Amino acid sequence: MIPLSSYVILSAVIFFIGVIGVVIRRTIIVVLLSIELMLNAVNINFVAFSHYLESITGQVFVFFTLTVAAAEVAVGLALLIAIYRNRKTVNVEELDVMKW
Amino acid sequence: MMQAIFIYLATVCVVCAVLTVSLRQPVYNVMALLTMFFHVAGLYVLLNAEFLAVVQIIVYAGAILVLYLFVLMLLNLRSESRHLHRQWPFAVLILGSVAAMLVGAMQAGGFGLPTGEAPAQVIQAVGNTESIGLTLYTDYLLPFELASLVLLVAMIGAIVLTKKELIQDHGEEQS
Repeated sequence: MIPLSSYVILSAVIFFIGVIGVVIRRTIIVVLLSIELMLNAVNINFVAFSHYLESITGQVFVFFTLTVAAAEVAVGLALLIAIYRNRKTVNVEELDVMKW
Repeated sequence: MMQAIFIYLATVCVVCAVLTVSLRQPVYNVMALLTMFFHVAGLYVLLNAEFLAVVQIIVYAGAILVLYLFVLMLLNLRSESRHLHRQWPFAVLILGSVAAMLVGAMQAGGFGLPTGEAPAQVIQAVGNTESIGLTLYTDYLLPFELASLVLLVAMIGAIVLTKKELIQDHGEEQS
């Protein structure tokens, strides 16, 4: 029997790898992939708690996370294409118009 | 046996997550993430969530990552000499220590939460897909309908954002 805490720790580790990816990478594509990593870490948590707390609600919420992930990918990649068309770059260090 | 499978799946998940963040070529990043998604689906099977495991493979691996690959092919990115942000050592140091702290706190404390009314035997008796559907279409009907609205907004947003004429108008104003 695997304790609940191993799932939660695994999820935390994956989540923080995602956060680090968002912060350290320069290509927007990989930043978006890191956001997917974080969403997956949350999903693992939902399913693990759903199993160990004996309630199906956690699995229902994974569906809503999936929906939001799909919407995020569609809008994020559309923004990426629009940015690339205007600026000819997808490097976050060069996209500093809104940086104070 | 269960523990061996869990250790295998967890190790591959973490290794692929690290590869997703650290590899240089975006196509390899996407492939590492694909491997990770398959192993997350394995974790779901281990947790008696078979339907979600299949949905994970169909939606994430089948739809979302293919979309990423399409955009990668469209953009035709040049490979850069430096792929990490210049602040990366500080970021890894700070976030790594926060993660270590969090993991330590999780190991120390128990969860002690009240349990619900659907243990694994009950779900298996009804069927995983059926019990998810029952809850989704009764208790969560309004959020379910709102999810369709979110998808509609995302669809319209993606089309509007990638329309060439709108973008070019703004580009001319800027230059």
